[in-house]
Amino acid sequence: MQSTILGINIVYFWTYFFVAGAIFIFMFMMGAVMSWSERKQSAQLQDRIGANRAAIPLPFGKKLALWGFINNLADAIKCLIKEDFRPQAYDKLMYNLAIFFAFIPAVLAVAVVPFAGVVKPAEFFQAWYLKWIPWLPEYFAANLPDFSFRVQVANLNVGLLFIFAIGGLNVFGSILAGWSSNNKFSMMGGLRAASQMISYEISMGMSLLGIIFIYQHIDLWGLVQAQSDLAWGWLPKWGIFLQPLAFFLFIAAAVAENKRMPFDLPEAESEIISGYFLEYSGFKMLLFMFAEFIEIVFVAIMLTTLFFGGFSVPWLMADGFHFPWGSYVPLSHASVVILQIISFQLKVFFFCWLLQQLRWSLPRFRYDQVMDLGWKILLPLSIVNLIITIIIVALGGF
Amino acid sequence: MSYQIQGLPDMEYVDRKKRQFLIQIYYREIARGVWITTKHFFRNLWKWLTFRKGGVVILYPEETRPDMSPNNRGRHVLVQRPNGSSRCVACQMCATICPAQCITIQAEESEDPLIQKRPRVFEIDVSRCIFCGFCVEACPVDAIRMLATTENLVGYNRFNMIYDKEKLLNWHPIVEQDVVHGHEPPAD
Repeated sequence: MQSTILGINIVYFWTYFFVAGAIFIFMFMMGAVMSWSERKQSAQLQDRIGANRAAIPLPFGKKLALWGFINNLADAIKCLIKEDFRPQAYDKLMYNLAIFFAFIPAVLAVAVVPFAGVVKPAEFFQAWYLKWIPWLPEYFAANLPDFSFRVQVANLNVGLLFIFAIGGLNVFGSILAGWSSNNKFSMMGGLRAASQMISYEISMGMSLLGIIFIYQHIDLWGLVQAQSDLAWGWLPKWGIFLQPLAFFLFIAAAVAENKRMPFDLPEAESEIISGYFLEYSGFKMLLFMFAEFIEIVFVAIMLTTLFFGGFSVPWLMADGFHFPWGSYVPLSHASVVILQIISFQLKVFFFCWLLQQLRWSLPRFRYDQVMDLGWKILLPLSIVNLIITIIIVALGGF
Repeated sequence: MSYQIQGLPDMEYVDRKKRQFLIQIYYREIARGVWITTKHFFRNLWKWLTFRKGGVVILYPEETRPDMSPNNRGRHVLVQRPNGSSRCVACQMCATICPAQCITIQAEESEDPLIQKRPRVFEIDVSRCIFCGFCVEACPVDAIRMLATTENLVGYNRFNMIYDKEKLLNWHPIVEQDVVHGHEPPAD
């Protein structure tokens, strides 16, 4: 008899707790890594060295700089012990609420994303390199032989809609921050953020409708499963192959949603200093920045999940590789799951890298150019893409 | 082609050449730009992975530019006599010529009968100094010189930047990195 907690088997409880915690920690660590790579990658591509001065002194005159990671630590400490400056006349409730509106949706939306396929613990721990673990293999084999779970926090059947709903909350963060700060620059930043995010959300949704029509799924688990199928026996049915135009439209709209470089009008450094979070200092400012970095990671996760097959590895089935030229490499269940996790992370890393590269390579658009691009180019193109997709799907093309 | 706008008599507006479609939709141009930065990124990353220094910067206090001029005017030093006292005779010429008026000298009588005066206070406010080198040129007894570097010329407040006689006399030309130019070390 298993012990229960809140009416749930305690093993199930701890499993989901572990999965959710791992995904949560992954997002936060990626946020930290992004704030590091923001400095180091930009330095590398501009032929500089980047942050390397903050260091922990070691004996024998050595210094532990960890390639600039200590700089991040120093930044965090600095933000914690800084004066908590507030503007003189401000809307206290909204000013404090805005941080949560900016930060929580960024971390929350990842809940519906699958990080790897189905894991069967009883089978998982039978792999030769995991058998040494003390009592888990015997325990699962003896007590819960049929237990399986997905590496996903919540398998909502409204997946994409949930992401859009939560992502839409982000706009409240920027507009409330801009409005409540009682500062004209902040106000401008908030207004710019609101108009930009609302305009680009439309073309973002339009470009994803094609994906939904093709795969006939709106939950991300189903989308990833549909993308791991093969077309003509060799080509993975990834979104990038079936919806190439939508990929380019989505990446532009997502970067604009993210308020990153070519579209960073809301926080334009040279014009409105830092836009809607101008009046925030110390740890509050850090939370805004951190939310932005986590959003980059989330955009990378979305690109991976919707256009690059999520955790799926080409030609990897549940029992091993089935290559299109007929060869077959059997793999244990644990190897398949680990390969899926690695594949997902590699794709996410690549897109994080690409988004950073875009951010540091491109100059800022003018505001009318941003609006032109959103309404006159991306939106019509995404509608055209949608119409063509609908016609092909109606004719039975996919 | 140019045209005039009604009501604005002497103003001509130039029609820019219409941009091509491929440039107008940005994607190709963005890909070209990102390709250039990507090349730089991976070149520097490869250098870094093979334990070479990526980038073209110089980590200043640890490294100096090989092409840094030996005539560079840096930190001030006071030249010593063999007995360790300053060569300065407190003639006030450097303080007079200093355009930033950052040198303060107070004279006192010297113990040496052959020398009339010596500085009781010799202060240079380095935060005011413009490193013009006039003091070095004005000095009749070669008592003040400038090093080639500005190493450690920093302070946590402005009073740390006022260099007094002890600090300025703390120069031993035997030490190798104190490159002095244009002059031999004092002979007497």
